[in-house]
Amino acid sequence: MNRLTLISLQVLVAVVVLVFWHIASTTTLIGNPKTISFFFAEPLAVGKRMVQWFMEGSIWYHLGITLTEAALAFIIGSLGGVIIGFWFARKPLLAAVFDPYVKAANALPRVVLAPIFALWLGLGIWSKVALGVTLVFFIVFFNVYQGVKEVSPAVLSNARMLGMNERQLLRHVYMPSALSWMFSSLHTSVGFAVVGAVVGEYLGSAAGLGYLIHEAESVFDVTGVFAGMFVLMGFVILVDWLVTLVENRLLVWRPKTSVISNR
Amino acid sequence: MTIAEKNTAELNETQDANAVELNGVHIAFSLPDGGIYEAVGETNLVVSDREFVAIVGPTGCGKSTLLNATAGLLKPAQGQVRTFAKPLSGLNKHAGYLFQQDSLMPWKTAIDNVAIGLEVSGTSRREALEQARIWLGKVGLSAFADRYPHMLSGGQRKRVGLAQVLIRHPKILLMDEPFGPLDAQTRLIMGDLLLSLWSADRKAVMFVTHDLDEAIGLADRVIIMSAGPSSRIIGNYTIPLKRPRNMADIKSEPQFHEVHREIWNALKEEVLKGYRQTEEVQS
Repeated sequence: MNRLTLISLQVLVAVVVLVFWHIASTTTLIGNPKTISFFFAEPLAVGKRMVQWFMEGSIWYHLGITLTEAALAFIIGSLGGVIIGFWFARKPLLAAVFDPYVKAANALPRVVLAPIFALWLGLGIWSKVALGVTLVFFIVFFNVYQGVKEVSPAVLSNARMLGMNERQLLRHVYMPSALSWMFSSLHTSVGFAVVGAVVGEYLGSAAGLGYLIHEAESVFDVTGVFAGMFVLMGFVILVDWLVTLVENRLLVWRPKTSVISNR
Repeated sequence: MTIAEKNTAELNETQDANAVELNGVHIAFSLPDGGIYEAVGETNLVVSDREFVAIVGPTGCGKSTLLNATAGLLKPAQGQVRTFAKPLSGLNKHAGYLFQQDSLMPWKTAIDNVAIGLEVSGTSRREALEQARIWLGKVGLSAFADRYPHMLSGGQRKRVGLAQVLIRHPKILLMDEPFGPLDAQTRLIMGDLLLSLWSADRKAVMFVTHDLDEAIGLADRVIIMSAGPSSRIIGNYTIPLKRPRNMADIKSEPQFHEVHREIWNALKEEVLKGYRQTEEVQS
């Protein structure tokens, strides 16, 4: 199938859904339009609300806050994950001792930490960053740990026979292997950074997309909720696209098929 | 040097220092159930400098294990490995090792993979890249310098591996069924390539293979190992064929067939024994 057909089919799906939604919420074809539009809003009103947000410019502030929180969560969580992952992988005793605690901490649904972080760090951005960090950290940590552990023994022996010392092994073998695992989980970890930010905002804040959605919901402004959801969706798609660009640059050495099967 | 010469003279009655000496080497692995599996029993082997030795034996006879011990990747349970008259401790600094499995760093391009061996020993990157380009040319891959390993064919990856090892000018070249996964034609081509590179500056070579044709075609001497466990050297044949050789043509020489028949008669018994043992283990 060529690209053009594919894109037109993809657009068609959106058009069909929107048209169905529009008909259902404005005509009596499916049911009472008043009831339906109360629960599902109207697509045109949602669109108008989004245009209004962007025209007024108020949305940029909230987007900026959410982006800052997600970016900080990603950077701090990744750094921590890389450092601790490396450290644990190179020190098996340490890894063995902390293994049950790491597992326990990872098993905890992170949402329950949000009130604690709000209590500790206030309602500003840092409580959301902290929530995002707890999500990102474990993904990066496990991937880096695995990446160091799963270096092919043949590649490792070969590197040693080529005369590499410990430091050079770290730089030329362990690090690239670990980072390749980390990069292949980039979509997941970036996604979780956004989740942390938005859930944190939703549970208590004064700014951000999560706050916007929560505010609309608390006054039964379904149009506002849907508009917020779509803005969030667009934002995540944009971030994901950027991640794909970065990933394609960083993982050029990988065979294409394995990248696809990794997702 | 005089001490070294005296030592080797005692051992081998030759004047040059031997590249590799295995003296009474035993290699054993501990099994998960607590037992001990002796892969290689009592082995004595001398490889002179500039000598090409092929090691042939049935599958699972510990040929690779012997190379690993020579490389210093594995410590023998008993006995001693000596290299250029010095007992080996740690990795063998004189040895370059071409592994059976893919062992290029997949995140480095062909040229970076070749250059890294010089870079880690302190050569500047520019100089290392220059040398690497020359070596890629020698293995016929000038046009593929910027490819990553997954973009190369199996044969091309082996060529890069060969350049990666040889750029460091090791005095001993260890090769573990390097052409095993390649098809028959590519094996012949790789054999010729290896011979031409080797004849330029003869190194000591230990070449492990299960292909007797390949062993006879390449080597000065063919060592036959018995089936494991506790496999030992059971045959030692000097190959009288003249050099330079050509892997495809050499098979039509009558002398090749004579040598081949003689060695095969010795090996056949062991191959069958090896099969019987695997079957016994399986049943």
